[in-house]
Amino acid sequence: MSILSMSKTLFKSMLHGPYTVLYPIKKKENYERTRGKVENDISNCIFCGICEKRCPTGAIKVEKARSAWSIERLKCIQCSYCTEVCPKKCLSMGNQYTSPSFDKVRDEYVNARVPDHTENN
Amino acid sequence: MGKRTVIPFGPQHPVLPEPIHLDLVLEDETVIEAIPKIGYVHRGLEKLVDKKDFQQFPFVAERICGICSFMHGMGYCMSIESIMEVKIPERAEFLRVIWAELSRMHSHLLWMGLLADAFGFESLFMHSWRLREQILDIFEETTGGRVIFSVCEIGGVRKDISPDMLNKIVGILNSLEKEVKEIAEVFINDTTVKLRTKGVGVLSKQAASDLGAVGPMAKASGLDFDMRTQGYAAYEKLKFKPIIETAGDSYARTSVRIREVFQSIDLIKQAIALIPEGDIRVKVTGNPKGDYFTRIEQPRGEVVYYVKANGTKFLDRVRVRTPTFANIPALLETLKGCSLADVPILILTIDPCISCTER
Repeated sequence: MSILSMSKTLFKSMLHGPYTVLYPIKKKENYERTRGKVENDISNCIFCGICEKRCPTGAIKVEKARSAWSIERLKCIQCSYCTEVCPKKCLSMGNQYTSPSFDKVRDEYVNARVPDHTENN
Repeated sequence: MGKRTVIPFGPQHPVLPEPIHLDLVLEDETVIEAIPKIGYVHRGLEKLVDKKDFQQFPFVAERICGICSFMHGMGYCMSIESIMEVKIPERAEFLRVIWAELSRMHSHLLWMGLLADAFGFESLFMHSWRLREQILDIFEETTGGRVIFSVCEIGGVRKDISPDMLNKIVGILNSLEKEVKEIAEVFINDTTVKLRTKGVGVLSKQAASDLGAVGPMAKASGLDFDMRTQGYAAYEKLKFKPIIETAGDSYARTSVRIREVFQSIDLIKQAIALIPEGDIRVKVTGNPKGDYFTRIEQPRGEVVYYVKANGTKFLDRVRVRTPTFANIPALLETLKGCSLADVPILILTIDPCISCTER
């Protein structure tokens, strides 16, 4: 017969204090490998379009003529496949999450220094 | 014969984590028959092979289920590797075992919490999930994801675990083992818990075998049926024996899962002790041609992956037979003759994963 088998655990946790983090006041540090969101170092990007072809959800769009690279944040599943296939390694996975949004945000990166960029001509 | 009543159970029900509908035919408080209906979360993932190439498909396979996500990816990758006759590095095989066994632990701890919630033991539920959180943290630190890891790929794994991290995992598991023992004590010995599980929903060995039960459901009825004994990945190099109980009731099913948590801790420690140095992936070139069946052991039981490839980058067919689907006939058998109040417990003891079942 055992009716108070939980009491040891409960007593310990009463003395321990909260196991959770008091979120807005104290923020948990993300790990180095945490897959947060994809970033593009646009000055190194050659707009080859491999990431666009390999992306499982079709979140990435590359427009070579405009030297623009864009990603739809809500479509991205943070699989990190694009960062792996990128030949110039300009794509990287940051460990901070995208902030919550009400709209389908498409983040665009444009390389204005490319000579054939329309804004330069 | 008393008056018969039909009570609809689910798809929305406090005890159900996922939607399944059962029509319970009752005579007074006793269930005479249960008629299941699934189809609420069908997503057509198998059909996606038409649109996603075989290299992209591991990401789809991982999303079949949120709990055994890693093992779905692993089953798919193992099928393709077998078709293409790719031999993956030994280190990758050990890493796969480590992540797979950690997944089993987190799945069983989650299930223990859900069971505690089903019989109204809130603090036990919270404490089971508190322990599970430590494993999710290991996942996040090693793979980058807490639930969907995206580390399994055709030809190995994407990420390595450093020796320091492996030592850290052993440290966490040692402290976790003590804490799980405390919680397990409640499930195994507490009188109030035993009143709800012992002798409830008995499934005989013959019935389990006839109805094709898999996983802890079959093991609790005395069937020695564990796919890990086939020795896929690195399991052939590890020492373990499938955990078998003979009572076949809810208590036996709980006990099998609790003992499997400790078995997983032991397997991970063995794998960490034996893990060799070396590469974690091999480059895979060309397209697969042929077909293959893979059977692996998930937390809920055996999963079957059938992959048919035609030599192009798009596969002809991927078919997944998930453990919950195999366990539904056994569930219906256990429901016959039980009281209405025991229905939630019985549904939970098969550890239902409806998203897996419907894909």
